Order: sequence, then structure tokens, then C-alpha cells
Amino acid sequence: MTDTIFALSSGRPPAAIAVMRISGPAARDTARALTGVVPPPRTATLRRVRDHDNATLDQALILFFPGPNTATGEDLLELHLHGGRAVVAAVERALAALPGVRLAQPGEFTRRALEHGRIDLVQAAGIADLLEAETESQRRAAVAASEGTISRAVLEWIDRLSIIAARVEADIDFSDEADVADDAAYVPRDDITALATAMGQVLDLPSVERLRDGITVVLAGPRNAGKSSLFNALLDREAAIVTPIAGTTRDVIEAPVIRHGIPYRLIDTAGLTEASVDPVERIGIDRAARMIDSADLILWFGAPQHAPARAIRLSGKSDISPVDPAADLPVSAHDIASVQTVWTMIEQRAGQYLGGDSDLALREEQRRLVAGCRDDLLIAAWQTDPLLIAEQLRVALGQLAALLGRNATEAMLDALFGRFCLGK
Amino acid sequence: MFHVKHYDVLVVGGGHAGTEAAAAAARRGARVALVSQQRSQIGTMSCNPSIGGLGKGHLVREVDALDGMMARAADDAAIHHRMLNRSKGLAVRGPRIQADRQRYRASIQRQLAAYPALDIIEAEVAALQYANGRISGVTLSDDAAIGANAVVLATGTFLGGRIYRGSDRIPGGRIGERPATILGQQLRSLGLPIHRLKTGTPPRLDGRMIDWARLAPQFSDSDTWRMSFMPGGARLPQLACAITRTNIATHDIIRAGLDDSPLFSGAIEGQGPRYCPSIEDKVHRFGDRDGHQIFLEPEGLDDPIVYPNGISTSLASDVQERMIASIEGLERAVITVPGYAVEYDYLDPRALDHRLALTAIPGLFCAGQLNGTTGYEEAAAQGLVAGLNAAAHALGLGPATIDRAAGYIGVMIDDLILQGVSEPYRMLTARAEYRLSLRADNAETRLSPLGIDWNCLRPERLFHVEQREGLREQLRRDPTTASEAPMDLAQEVEEDRRYAPYLARQAEEIDRMRRDGRIAIAHGEHLRGIAGLSHEMIERLLAASPRTLDEASRVRGVTPAALAALWLDARKRA
Repeated sequence: MTDTIFALSSGRPPAAIAVMRISGPAARDTARALTGVVPPPRTATLRRVRDHDNATLDQALILFFPGPNTATGEDLLELHLHGGRAVVAAVERALAALPGVRLAQPGEFTRRALEHGRIDLVQAAGIADLLEAETESQRRAAVAASEGTISRAVLEWIDRLSIIAARVEADIDFSDEADVADDAAYVPRDDITALATAMGQVLDLPSVERLRDGITVVLAGPRNAGKSSLFNALLDREAAIVTPIAGTTRDVIEAPVIRHGIPYRLIDTAGLTEASVDPVERIGIDRAARMIDSADLILWFGAPQHAPARAIRLSGKSDISPVDPAADLPVSAHDIASVQTVWTMIEQRAGQYLGGDSDLALREEQRRLVAGCRDDLLIAAWQTDPLLIAEQLRVALGQLAALLGRNATEAMLDALFGRFCLGK
Repeated sequence: MFHVKHYDVLVVGGGHAGTEAAAAAARRGARVALVSQQRSQIGTMSCNPSIGGLGKGHLVREVDALDGMMARAADDAAIHHRMLNRSKGLAVRGPRIQADRQRYRASIQRQLAAYPALDIIEAEVAALQYANGRISGVTLSDDAAIGANAVVLATGTFLGGRIYRGSDRIPGGRIGERPATILGQQLRSLGLPIHRLKTGTPPRLDGRMIDWARLAPQFSDSDTWRMSFMPGGARLPQLACAITRTNIATHDIIRAGLDDSPLFSGAIEGQGPRYCPSIEDKVHRFGDRDGHQIFLEPEGLDDPIVYPNGISTSLASDVQERMIASIEGLERAVITVPGYAVEYDYLDPRALDHRLALTAIPGLFCAGQLNGTTGYEEAAAQGLVAGLNAAAHALGLGPATIDRAAGYIGVMIDDLILQGVSEPYRMLTARAEYRLSLRADNAETRLSPLGIDWNCLRPERLFHVEQREGLREQLRRDPTTASEAPMDLAQEVEEDRRYAPYLARQAEEIDRMRRDGRIAIAHGEHLRGIAGLSHEMIERLLAASPRTLDEASRVRGVTPAALAALWLDARKRA
């Protein structure tokens, strides 16, 4: 069964509009799953797009083109979304969660169009020229990566994983040899988990693409904690309405700001509370939760022990409330020095993300491979059959090796023969 | 020059590759000549006395599933049985036996004699002959000629073979046997990509002087498994092996002797196998270890010779004597033949296709150590494939190829012809991405149906295969009949069930691989005309010469973008 693929076919958000294309046998089901209907062919229809939890993601114009007379020759669905990054990301997540639907690989729409005879050979040759450009830029990117800290980190992971895999494989392929038998009690679970954790830390960092578009700083926490006041103080203008009434900020408010040449997107969110019955406020709270997920940095006003990853823990309204000693920093919008200190901390984090000692920002493609590898490792950690552990590690190592264009089997064998004195 | 005789297929070399090639070609219906320098040496085990092991046992079973000879010869000669990885899943169990050398050789010669269309010719092949750019036969060193439509080269370590021991240099592929020098020169003069590799063998000991009582014995398995899927006679009496170790004194002797070691003086240019290092390599690379294990393996029931597995060496003979005398239990043991290293020519296997045919010369096939592999099992498996396809070439039949999903034979040949080798290639289960489904126990299920398609199973085998497949079917339908079924079949079906979810996931991967395997891509100079292929990609593709999109995807360093360009080009030409 052919996979159904999707990709953003307009430019990169933010933009006024974002066109998401979905092509393949499940296009019809996708329309039904996301919008509740399959619109009449070739007729623009306005529908709410919802995820599988029935949360509204956007109001979108949707178009359905039944195959084979479509750009790809397959059933084709187009979603014309509002072009914000959060919307596009949320729709991509909802699509990827559908069975048989996945993100398209580069050039895959074209490949399908050709396969179904929808474009001719002259067009194909033109696309080949484009591919050449792609090859060249990929090559340059690979060279850049191979000299950078990313590849040093990935190389270190490959080494660690190769050694784990080698110890597991040695016990399979050389179990009759004394050198291996000494090592036979080896249970790889701890080593695997430690490596998965190290990879998870890098995955927690924002990606290169997002950094280029501005570091997203989200202010989040309970209602009436002083988020909007600090938001305004950080911007030094009245962008958000500030009132002493809890729940004033009912949606997210975004403001771009550039400091010392680095772009930021400051985002103020609705106060997090489970109790609200106001439907508008509820939507705001849901959005706040999603913003936290996609933030590069969070200014957290809640209890320090509940802070999400990548947070600076603040103790708000420090001029009138008791300061929580577990927080990173006390802050009050009325205390200019404390606001400056918050900026200094934000800039320190940004400096870490953008370069310096931990230049580990991954590109989206790299992130996908690293995340895939990490997930395989987590599965491997819970297997007990050495054969299945080895199998899972092989797949995991393959994904890492693909990042640097290495051969995974060779890397494992090098580790094997480097570590063990094998052979009779 | 006149042709004494004409054959469909002529095989050069009587080792594991050559004998399987000759027998396989005969099973496919060809008239076959097997040419060997010494008739009595046909089927000789040149190095260690064992057959099988991890990965290797899989190959032996696969050769057997296609009605080859190795497994039955192993059963005829086995004097020690060991099932490796007994505690793990069936996919990585490795059946291994120690063979009585004389009985093994006798079994191979007896099996060959049972092929009426197979002649054995004792002679030295001097040169290949061509007509119209195709192979037409060979000339012998006495200037006689033999005509053949296809030739299989299975010359082992004999092409340009050179033996090293201390400061001694002896031309030869095995101690006491001449190298195939003239043939080697001809192949080089054809401009084929020929390079050097090396391997080594330990000294042989007279077992009557070994103090067995002081050493830990290793007994043969008590259960009665066999290498071959075919039934056979009763087991020979089983012998125990024993284990001893090198020690600090041994290592000091070795270090003192390194001065005239050809390995360390730079005399040997060929790369040796990492997984079969010489004892001097082990001592040098793992200097902190205070001992290395040695398995003492008897070479036969009526033969006092013992093979000390683990101390392959090319040190000078006197150093070898002192080294042996320093080892526990071997103090008074006498060396009957000292160890040595042998350096030999191999052909870069990237010049071959999946049939093991040399792309440049139609009708010429290569198998075994000549292709850069090491090991009897690797050689036999290649011999089988080369023989089946040489017969196909001569008789106008379809090719007989095995892909990575069907067997270790396929994994090995695909690795060889796409990746080439940088050291002698040995089969490891880690090389097989479909390891969970490629088990030694299910080789018959995987490959015998191919053998039926290729018409290379003889009636006795065919009957046996069909009968067992019927029993398997019944077990799959009704597992409760397991107690009445042969145990190996019940186990096989049970293991399939155990790994079913993983096998299903692999089946998808296999489908994708086979789909891309049907997409033929451009090759040779045509690659330069493809838009979107960088210089680097073209060079990589030219070196490995993949023929399908699937093969190209396994060539090291080939990017997804390059694959897309190849695919587009394939579509354009389709």
C-alpha cells in the first residue's frame, strides 16, 4: 500500500497563508479526519481543522481533487491555512498522527507526478537540474556539518553506540571465544538509557531553522502571576493589556524584538488553570500549553518544581510577594534592575543556542534522525532477547550513521575488533 | 592447437569453491571438467579442521539446501559437534563440527565421482583462451587445450601465492604445492583489478606428546544434530578438544622473535583478516593481556596430528618451537609442520556481478578466496553460485541469483560485488540485515524452492524436500501435531511463530528492496550523461557498478539526491 504524503507547498511561515498538500490513497480519509467532511471535488470550502483530540487548530479553506487528474495523479487534498508557525506545526503533527500518512521526502511529490505520468520528460530533466543544485548544497552542508560541533557530538554518539552494539554482537558472533565470554554478563540497558538521555538533551534544544527565525521566548505560568507586566517591561511598551483581574490575557500575544542583533519572539500566554469554564479562556489555555511545547525558552512563573524543560524559573511580583528560594530569579516589572537581569539570562541562553560551547542545534532533518535513533534506543533498553536488542541497535545506529553518511555495519565492526581480541 | 576435449563448464581448482562449482554445474545439466594440479588433494581442508560456526554454519546449510556437498561431507567426517549460541534464538545458532581431514576429503571425492557428467583432469591450467571476446577454453602447462563455453576460476591462494615463514620465502599456495604463476600473470596482463591479501595458519603438532591430562577438555555435543538436512549414517566416534593458553613467557618469546617476522618487517603488503589475527598480532595489539586461548583440535581418528587453533603465525621455525614449548601441556609437543603466512592475488570482486561472472569477459566466473573471502564455507557458497551460473551461461538457461533477503549467500555476494573488500571477507551474522529470518535451521524452506526452479536438486533431494515441506504445512495448520513431527521441523515452525511480528516488519523492508531491485539504472559511461549526479557520485557508482536502484542504495556514500537522479533517468529511458 502506498503511503500518503504531505508537505507544506508554500513558503516557510510566518506568511499570510500556508498551503499544505496531502497526496495519496488516504487523502480522502484525511479530509474526513481533520475537517469532518470530504468537500465536493474542486470546490473551495471553509472548514474548521481539528486534531484527533478534537481541538480546533485553524479555520481553513480546503480543496479536494480526486485522482488521477491531479498534479500527482493521486487523490490530492489542499489545506489553505493561516500562515503562522504554530498553526502549521500543529497541522503537521495532526497529519503525521494519522495512519499511513507521513511527511514527504524531498522531491517525492515530483517523483509521484512522474510515476503517474503527470509531468513529461522535459519537465523531469528540469527537475534533475534542480536536484543537482540540491546535491551541491547538501554536499556543502554536509561538509559544514562534518567540521562542526554537531558532527563531533554525533560521532561521539556513533562511537558510544558502536561499542554497545559491538558488545552485543560480539556475544552473538563470537560467543565461543574466551575474550568475549569474559564480557558475557554485559547487560546494555544502562549504557543505552544513558545515551538516549544524552541525545534527548540535544533534542531539547531549538533547531537551527527556528533559531534563524528568532528565538521563541514564552511567558507562562498560573493566572495573575505578573506575566503580562513583565512582557511589557521586557518590551518596554504596552503591548499587552495589564489589569489586576486574573485571566486578562485570554489568547496569546506575540511581539518581535531585536536585542544586540539577535531576533526574539516574545509570547505572552493565558494563565494556566484547569478550572476555567469560559470557553474562550479555555482555548487560550490550550494554546498556551502548545506554545510551551514549541518554545525555545520559557519564562516560568509557576512552582519551580513544575517547570517545563528549557525554562528560566521566575518568582514573580517580587516587590509584593514572598520570593520562592527554589526559583532562578526574583522579578518584578516595577524593578528595572530585575527586568534587566531577566534579559541578561535570556541572552545567555540564546548565546548557548546560537554558538559558543554547545553549538549543538540540529536541523529539522537531523533532528528527525536523532529522534528516531533515540526512540529505537528506548525500545532496545527494554528488550531482553539479545537478538532483538541487536536488531533495535542496528536500526538505531543506521539512523545516526546516515547523519554523517557513515556505514553503520563497518562502524560496529571497527568497534568490535578494536575492543576484543577476536579470532583463533 | 587442437582441443583434446570440449566441455560446457570447466572449473579450475579442486578446493571447496571448485568442487562445489563443478558439482553444481553438473546438477544443472552441464558436462563438466574439474582441473586440479593434484587429483589426490581434491577436497583438502588447508587450514583448520572445522566446518560451520556462526554465520558460516548458515552458509553450509544453504549450500546443502541447494543439494551441495559440504554439509554431507561434514557429516561423513565429523568427529566433534558443537552448536554455538545454544542459549540464544535459532537465528544465531551456529552448527559447527570438527572434521577428520582424510574422511572429509574422501567424502568430497566420493560425491564428485557420483556425477556421471563430471570428469576430473589432473593438470595445470596455464592460460585462458578466448574466441570473439568470449571464453572458449583453457590451455594446460603441457600445451594441450581443453574447450569450454564457461570457465570457473577457483584458484584459492594459488594465484601468485607466496609463503612466508621467518626470513624464508617459498612460492606456493599451500606448503609443498606449486603456485599458479603463469595463470596469475595472464590475469594481471588482462588489466583486471588484482591486489594482494594474506592469511596464515598455525603449526601442526604431534598429539601423542601433548599432556592432555593437565588441560581442560571440551566435549562434543551429546544430542544428534546433523549439518545436512538429508539423513545419513551413524556418527563416527566423537573426540574431545582441549583448551590451553599462551602465557607471559610465550609472549616474551614472540616479541623477541618479531625481528625477522615478515608481518612486522613490511615484507607482506597484503592485508590480513582482523578476525583471524596471527598470535604475533594479538600479542602486539593487545599487549596488556597475559594470555590468549588456544583450542587443541584433533585432525582425525587415525591421525595423531593436532591443530592448535588460535596461534596462526609466520615466525621463524625455531621461534615457533620455543613458543610451543612455553605453553602448558605442549612442553614436549613436536611441531610436524611449522605455521606460515601466505600472500596471494585476489580479484577486486566489484568487477563481478551477482552471478559471480566477470563483467569484462563473458563466460568467465570467479569463486572463493580469489574473490577476497576467507573460509571454506564462504568459498563453497560462492562455488555453488558460480557453478550454477556457469552452467546457465553454457546451456542458455536463466541466471541463478540469491538476494540479501533470501540467504547469507546473497548477503555475502552482494557485499562483495558492491563494497569490495579491504581485508579477507568472513561471514558474520551481523552483516545480515534480515538476520531474524535468515536462520540456519530454515535454509531448506528459504532456498530449496529456488533449487527446484533452477532444476538443480537431484531426485533423492527433491523427494526429501517435498516430503518435509508437506510436514511443515501440516505443522503450520495444526501446531498440536508437533510431537509427531521431526524435531527440527517442529522447532522451525515454532520459531517462525515466536518472531512473527518482527518478521512482518522485515517483510515490508524486503518488499521495498525487491521493488527497487527491479528498477534497472544506467551504468558505465552513461552515468556521466545524467543530470544531477555530482562527480563524486559518478566515481563511487563507477567503482561499484550497481545495476539496480536497490544496489545503488547500498553503495557507500551515495546520497538520496543521487538516487533520485538515477531513478529519474531510469524512468526517462523506460
